[in-house]
Amino acid sequence: MSCWETIADYGLRSLGIGERLLPRSDFTLCQQVVLIGSGMIWNVYFGVLALASGFFLATAVALGKFSGNPWLRKPAEWFIFIFRGSPLFIQFFFAYFLFLSLKQVAPVFTPFTSAWVGALVVLFLNTAAYSGEIFHGALLSIPKGDIEAADAYGFSGWTRFRRIVWPTMLRLAWPAYTNEAIFLFHATTLVFFSGFPAQQQRGDALYYASYFADKTFNPFVPYPILAGYFIALTLVLIGIFGLINRRLNRHLPVARRARMRFRINAIR
Amino acid sequence: MSDLAWYACYLTTGKHLSFYASFGTVLLLLAITAPVALGFGFAGAMAARSHVFPLNWIGKAYIAIVRGVPDIAFFLFFVIALDQGFEWLRHQVKCPDWDQPIRQGSDFVVCDAAKLPLNASAQWIHETYGFLLAVLTFAIVFGAFAANVLYGAMRAVPRAQIETAEAYGMTHRQSFWRILVPQMWVYALPGLSNLWMVLIKATPLLFLLGVEDIVYWARELGGTKNPRFTDYPHGDWRMWYFLVLLVFYLVFTKVSEVVLDRVMARLTHGQATSGGEMQRKAA
Repeated sequence: MSCWETIADYGLRSLGIGERLLPRSDFTLCQQVVLIGSGMIWNVYFGVLALASGFFLATAVALGKFSGNPWLRKPAEWFIFIFRGSPLFIQFFFAYFLFLSLKQVAPVFTPFTSAWVGALVVLFLNTAAYSGEIFHGALLSIPKGDIEAADAYGFSGWTRFRRIVWPTMLRLAWPAYTNEAIFLFHATTLVFFSGFPAQQQRGDALYYASYFADKTFNPFVPYPILAGYFIALTLVLIGIFGLINRRLNRHLPVARRARMRFRINAIR
Repeated sequence: MSDLAWYACYLTTGKHLSFYASFGTVLLLLAITAPVALGFGFAGAMAARSHVFPLNWIGKAYIAIVRGVPDIAFFLFFVIALDQGFEWLRHQVKCPDWDQPIRQGSDFVVCDAAKLPLNASAQWIHETYGFLLAVLTFAIVFGAFAANVLYGAMRAVPRAQIETAEAYGMTHRQSFWRILVPQMWVYALPGLSNLWMVLIKATPLLFLLGVEDIVYWARELGGTKNPRFTDYPHGDWRMWYFLVLLVFYLVFTKVSEVVLDRVMARLTHGQATSGGEMQRKAA
């Protein structure tokens, strides 16, 4: 069987399109590369959607924590504390069993017990908490002069937020937010190891990698393939976020632009 | 009242006692891993700083490689790779006249004497070996993070300090151990305390490495219990068990945060850093 046929059979296997059965013996390198790559679809799906939706909640949470009103501040602080203070792995387990129990009460929750909705909700809340903390830190370090200048020009309320506070917050938070995005994508690999079932073996990249490692008892092929995919994904992310960073800082002289520094914050 | 008695009995069954003991497993893992990972990190940072050609590349590669790849991939990889590596080494030593290949199709075959642990060993030896593999895996991965933090901290020590040491005639080695290392900790502490939090939050991954930890027992005990097989039947309680774990981790990270903040306040006292300056002004 040529590699092209393998791609046709297994390229979209993680979505349930193509060959139904996974290869069981005589694994070729091509099969491993194609199937693990097919699993990456799920990692990208979870990462992109959680990041895009979490961004808005994160802004709201950051503003909540920044506000003087305790009715807004306290819930935001607790939200951030709960999601940043506990392991994502446990959050996944808890959410899965919570949705299972809710399903008994209200059938509305049936889709939440499958990974594509349930895990996405957890990742959405989780990244909102982590990015909310980053945005809150950025709000605290907005230069006083910027706000005073906005007041002097007669900006207030929504316009001041939209034109002055929010762009500055994003600009200051962007390097840290890039890290958060990278580690969110890494965290998506936990989904299928934490209760959420991979129906009909439609799993993510790590799911297939560990499948091959278990079957061949040889970790030295599938995991480096997975590593290659993730390094490529990380580079793409850094590229995209770097472009946005350039746009956010376009009004500043080059020397004063915040440099993108990549720090480790790893597992959640 | 009978409810209370029921719960009192239910929560003290043998399996529940194993569940409580597994919290000890987690703490034990942290207690062993933290210093070992710090050691790995120190070695990695020293290697990355060295001027010897292959050594500094190895150090830098060790630091860099954990950045781009998800950590659980490392956990899953190292646990098998280390196991096979040890068995392969023992195989080379103990069975030199073995002529078959090690990898036969999908099997990894070493001679019986090289098996780790030996087939005849007691159950607790198997469990301890599994736990030690997990500790080593954690130490390698977190050692890379610690190496990154320490490497940064070593570079944060003002250059003038080293120059002064050299002016006094200290050798490279002396200035490293006597000037650089004692001063770098205050720069490393924020990174290391962050790493400690990350390490706490990574402990549930023990479950993936095949150790019977709190996640294992929470799944085991919470599942629906049929009256035919147990004196304490109940429905699906896994949600509540995981809620307990969630609270455990929240309390643990909160306590760590408070303690580490105090340590940081103690260490910055009187230092010529912005933190120390703020303390001076507040006093």
